Amino acid sequence: MSLSKYSLWEVILASFSGETWAYIAPAILETLYMTAVSSLVVLVFGFLLGVLLTALNPEGLLPKTGIYKVLGWVINTLRSLPQVVMIVLLIPVSRLLVGKSYGTNSCIIAISACCIPMYARLVESSLLEISKGKIEAAKSIGSNSFHIISRVVIPETAPSLIRGFTVEIISVLSMTALAGMFGAGGIGDIAVRFGYQRFQHEKLFACLYLLIFFVQLLQFLGNVISKHILKKRGLL
Amino acid sequence: MQSDQKESAYIQIEQLNKSFYPDGQELKVLKGIDLNVRKGEIFGIIGFSGAGKSTLARCINRLEEPDSGRIYVGGVDILSLDKKELLKERKRIGMIFQTFNLFESMTVFDNIAYPLAIEHVKKSEIRKRVLEVAELVGLTDKLKIYPGRLSGGQKQRVGIARALVNHPDVLLSDEATSALDPQTTLQILDLLKEINQKSGITILMITHELDAIKYSCTRMAVLEDGRFIEQGLVSDIFNNPRSKTGELFATVMREFAQTEFRDGEAI
Repeated sequence: MSLSKYSLWEVILASFSGETWAYIAPAILETLYMTAVSSLVVLVFGFLLGVLLTALNPEGLLPKTGIYKVLGWVINTLRSLPQVVMIVLLIPVSRLLVGKSYGTNSCIIAISACCIPMYARLVESSLLEISKGKIEAAKSIGSNSFHIISRVVIPETAPSLIRGFTVEIISVLSMTALAGMFGAGGIGDIAVRFGYQRFQHEKLFACLYLLIFFVQLLQFLGNVISKHILKKRGLL
Repeated sequence: MQSDQKESAYIQIEQLNKSFYPDGQELKVLKGIDLNVRKGEIFGIIGFSGAGKSTLARCINRLEEPDSGRIYVGGVDILSLDKKELLKERKRIGMIFQTFNLFESMTVFDNIAYPLAIEHVKKSEIRKRVLEVAELVGLTDKLKIYPGRLSGGQKQRVGIARALVNHPDVLLSDEATSALDPQTTLQILDLLKEINQKSGITILMITHELDAIKYSCTRMAVLEDGRFIEQGLVSDIFNNPRSKTGELFATVMREFAQTEFRDGEAI
């Protein structure tokens, strides 16, 4: 149902029809799968990288200005590449790891590679929020750097880390839509193939509802969890 | 340990120097500090904001690395320790802070238990020791609460308990009562005195509050611009200030009144 032939109201009505959703239902699962796996990969690697950045920071616990600068430069370079370009660049890597350059799994690699540097920066800025006094208190007690990071810095900044992770999942979700253009499947794929190339605007609309719903849900969950922790600690 | 005086000194500092370079320019914060604190006493160090008192305290457990000089705590040459030995030595030197610096992600119990938990002490032993210290500072009924819900005085009690849980020989108190109201300040000072009498712990009390020193210390030193301008018994300094330094100290007192009037939380 193209908007050029049907009225907006008719298209909107059709976007809620069972027929439309029968097309989209499998795509939802693909999107959820891609988002979940990519987010997990990004969480693990981005978090480690973020912790490393924080520790190596010239003001950090294990200051190594040289390594920090090189790492920062690499991250900034990766972040400055547009996501589309990144996906194309990573096609050979995907082919090497998954055996093909298209499909859900190969796009997970591209999405992760795109989001890890961004998330690492988010983690770094969250961890740097901790007051210097707490670190000094931990040091004065005789904690080593590992204790300070694992038992003090990370738990103390947990509410901020969770908000950062929410932002990360949402940007992964929006990237899965983009990756749809490169044969990743999912909601973005439907939106492009049917909504854009075939003028089936009711499907485009349905994808839109879904994406809005997911983003709102994720942001809501992130806020609730983060607030819950602050409340539990008597900080809100 | 050469002379008798040094023998009796538990914290002994010789010719300590420390500079910072805030804008590339040298700022001498400590200029040849000599200090002897006896075992089991509460020694007060008073000075203005920026006199270098906090830096001095932080040099003792090497939160700040001095440029030159010597520091002995209980005969241990602090500045010659390697990283591992320093971590071990820090457990013998407790520290409490103006801003309390409690871990907000942990309950009061876990805050107090933290120094033991990182040592992998047995859970039952941790529990026993935490309850012991909590009773000493009067927090037995608050153990399950998060520090965010405590008042300032209660927070400092947690800070004190956390600093004491390892049985340290020395307690560095860096403006520990400066963020508290006068009544709570007295309660905390009473607590520190009580702990000092019970356990014989040596306390170095850094403060800008003259009253705190008058109330708790036997001996004191006045720090100004990185140097001690007067050192001795609190009563002597109060009653018979020696000519030149005494005059300076009088100025110190007057300026303190103004400082406190201007901004009650001068660091």
